[in-house]
Amino acid sequence: MTTKTFKRPDGRKVDEIRPMSAKVGVIPNADGSAIFSFGETIAIAAVYGPKKMHPQHSQNPEKGTLRCTYNMLSFSVQDRIRPGPSRRSTEISKITEWALEPIVILEKYPNMVVDVHINILQANASTRCAGINAAAMALAHAGIPMRDMVSSISIGKLDKQLIVDVNKDEEDWEEGEGATDIPISLTSSGDITHFQLDGKIKKEELKKALELAKKATKEIYEVQKKALKELPGVEND
Amino acid sequence: MIETSNLTGQRIKKYMQEGKRFDGRKLDEFREIFIETGVSKNAEGSARVKIGKTEVLVGVKMNVGEPYPDSPDKGNLMVTAELLPLSSPRFENGPPKFPTIELGRVIDRGIRESKFIDFEKLCIKEGEKVWTVFIDIYSINDDGNLLDAAGIGAIAALKNAKIPKYDKKEEKIIYEEKTKEKIPLAKDIPIAITIHKIGNNLIVDPTRQEEDISEARVTIGSSNGIISSLQKGSETSLKEEEFYKILNLCEKIERDVFKKIEKFLK
Repeated sequence: MTTKTFKRPDGRKVDEIRPMSAKVGVIPNADGSAIFSFGETIAIAAVYGPKKMHPQHSQNPEKGTLRCTYNMLSFSVQDRIRPGPSRRSTEISKITEWALEPIVILEKYPNMVVDVHINILQANASTRCAGINAAAMALAHAGIPMRDMVSSISIGKLDKQLIVDVNKDEEDWEEGEGATDIPISLTSSGDITHFQLDGKIKKEELKKALELAKKATKEIYEVQKKALKELPGVEND
Repeated sequence: MIETSNLTGQRIKKYMQEGKRFDGRKLDEFREIFIETGVSKNAEGSARVKIGKTEVLVGVKMNVGEPYPDSPDKGNLMVTAELLPLSSPRFENGPPKFPTIELGRVIDRGIRESKFIDFEKLCIKEGEKVWTVFIDIYSINDDGNLLDAAGIGAIAALKNAKIPKYDKKEEKIIYEEKTKEKIPLAKDIPIAITIHKIGNNLIVDPTRQEEDISEARVTIGSSNGIISSLQKGSETSLKEEEFYKILNLCEKIERDVFKKIEKFLK
């Protein structure tokens, strides 16, 4: 962990996030919408609702339902993806729901559903994190009551070195111990809403990874907040 | 609030009787068109097209595969459309419904039949290996006239595309290495224009509300005045003179639209 001279393929510092950009109100039809990017990874999200849940048997009389769908455009990656849902996208959709549900106040909307549609326009790894960031902003933009904000980042371990915001070259890292990918989503108060891991890592290193994620999500939170305040027609305080 | 109400529909029709539209356009006037190309790095070619508030994203991907038995020396084309639930409260997840399928097929024919792509030049080895061109169309925001937006997007993405490097020995595509080679395209650009009949009026480029009350539509794909594809949609019949009016109107609109998009396609 002391390899100070570690060189990332794109020359970033180990704890440096790719340039981020964020904007809300990008889809006029939607009740809320946002676009978020980490470098070349671009996610767009739209919120529709709360609206009546169909079919009726899916309704929950105690609280509303958050329904997320994650989808990659066929040309967002080098090898074209066949349009339509896949096992991977189905899992990520659910993970995204779990990442966001803790912050959304759904008790106000029994029998209703809030639909969140996430599409990846261009992919260079960390797409689920970009998607969650965009979705959280779109929910806020839609005026859905929320307890907090969620920000998401992927921490990586390349051989023995921990890094922040994994890109495609790093995801495919093969030297030494190879690559470990750890996407994490945190609320601004530090609660963990989403945690995944693929690879090999020691407990101490994992603690360090979480520390890195805390620091990174603070930066992301600022970007999200700024974009929401920049919304045309909103008075800045 | 999803459907356009009867009352709104009646008001739109009343306006049209006086040659007016809600957004102040003339009946035969297109909204502003905006095209941005090269919007997705991993696609061989891509374009974002906005017509007013309507927005589509079109990407071209290429792959090497076997030719069809009836055209062993020609490349293949596949056009798919997806009306994303992201783009409108009306679209839902699930297997593609008729409008989605029709959109892809109408755009497919417009490009294929106009001979815009020179498929013979996309042959690598006769009977064995040819390029397949995938055109994928996604709606981002639906405020009417996705059809025309998709057609323009497909053309812009094709013009933007660069063929990736193909390693003949390894029989592998190296997507990272884009050649300077473009997809072989004809000079004349095929444009698909949809004309809608509302009451006794013919209009172009409907907004979502206008499209809702459209009684019949005809989509005509043509380049330089030569018609190469046509599709009449919806259950209302057209009188012969109406049909000729549509043909004439379409010729004019094709020129108008070409003028609007020309600067983006250089």
